[in-house]
Amino acid sequence: MSYNSPMTAADILRNGLDRSNPGLVQLLGLCPLLAVSTSFENALGLALATFAVLLTSNAIASLVGRWLLPEVRIAVFVLAIAGAVTSVQLAIAAWWPELHDALGIFLPLIVTNCLVLARAESFASRQPLGLALLDGAAMGLGFGLVLAALGAVREFLGHGLLLALLPPGAFILLGLMLALRNWRIQARAASSAAAESVITDRSLA
Amino acid sequence: MDTRDAEPRRARPLRAALTLAVAAAVAVGTVALVHEIAEPRIEANERAQRIARLAAALGTAEYDNDLLGDVIFVQDTERLGTDDPVPIHRARLAGRPVAALIEAVAPGGYAGAIRLLVAVGADGRLLGVRVLAHNETPGLGDGIDERKSDWILGFAGRSLVDPAPGGWKVRKDGGEFDQFTGATVTPRAVIGAVEDALLYFDAHQQQIFALPPAAGSDGTKRQEP
Repeated sequence: MSYNSPMTAADILRNGLDRSNPGLVQLLGLCPLLAVSTSFENALGLALATFAVLLTSNAIASLVGRWLLPEVRIAVFVLAIAGAVTSVQLAIAAWWPELHDALGIFLPLIVTNCLVLARAESFASRQPLGLALLDGAAMGLGFGLVLAALGAVREFLGHGLLLALLPPGAFILLGLMLALRNWRIQARAASSAAAESVITDRSLA
Repeated sequence: MDTRDAEPRRARPLRAALTLAVAAAVAVGTVALVHEIAEPRIEANERAQRIARLAAALGTAEYDNDLLGDVIFVQDTERLGTDDPVPIHRARLAGRPVAALIEAVAPGGYAGAIRLLVAVGADGRLLGVRVLAHNETPGLGDGIDERKSDWILGFAGRSLVDPAPGGWKVRKDGGEFDQFTGATVTPRAVIGAVEDALLYFDAHQQQIFALPPAAGSDGTKRQEP
């Protein structure tokens, strides 16, 4: 689907949560996804922080994007994202110090999560504020759900299986989640193809 | 085609520069504002965290003074493991010395220096030892961290005469302390550093409690306890 064609709210939600899910389809932001998902609580914390940043940066990109020269547009977005991330980090350090310590370097590193800049540049900057905010929420939620699911599974398995808590375990589990999603899609495609061929046969008959 | 491309060529760089300048000013201004609001809370959190770490090493010992403010800095490469000045926080109850909290360094860790907090009671017995920072191998040497194992808690109640001199070693070296499976270097380094800190305390006890607190160091600006 082209980003320039008008998108409905339902399209945006479906993209963020499923069709273009940042964690499972676009594979953006893998570094924090794999590093912070050792426990459900940490995963949820980073998911919420990323969500807040995505909302802010998409809103700013939508509001100012069309007024910016192409030469400096990305630079301005990077400034906006860096400002948003630093503000979120300061707020977490002030009001949730334990979470701040647990997330460590991955909190400021949200700046480098390509998902944030990608949504601002390729989507929000050409869309009205409402759709840009919805896209930020959908992408943030899609990323957060994968992060939280990975965190929950790793924490659960980690009680008996140390591998689940180590970096290789994170790669293996994320790979399994990807495989599960692809298998589901292929199964669905196969069954709809079968249904179509039945219809074709009937029309021929 | 973008209508902005029709703009006179010379005006573009100027406009781009102005845009960037305004964006930078707004971003910095916002961050500065958030910082202004958050800073007092962040400082209070850090203070509370450092006090909590000091209090944890003291165990059940009672005190009523400001642990962060009542600090001196001493230097003894041989006994405290570093060339740098080492903070010693003093715990007191009704003005009488209760304990000294020495931030000693164990230079001989398996992966570099291990920073310790050694709480010595006024009677020369250890109240507790905690690890402040280390780079030991996860799963092996990191058993010195009280979140990973109880090993470090075994120092509470020990003193220079318990075990007697010569007993301050891991069992493998003929001493009285357990090593962990697969890691001897790390406990050996910690035991040596704790014994050295006790020897330092023994030699300088009067001075440690008598020195006036270091000027202007209420501890708010320092990173570590």
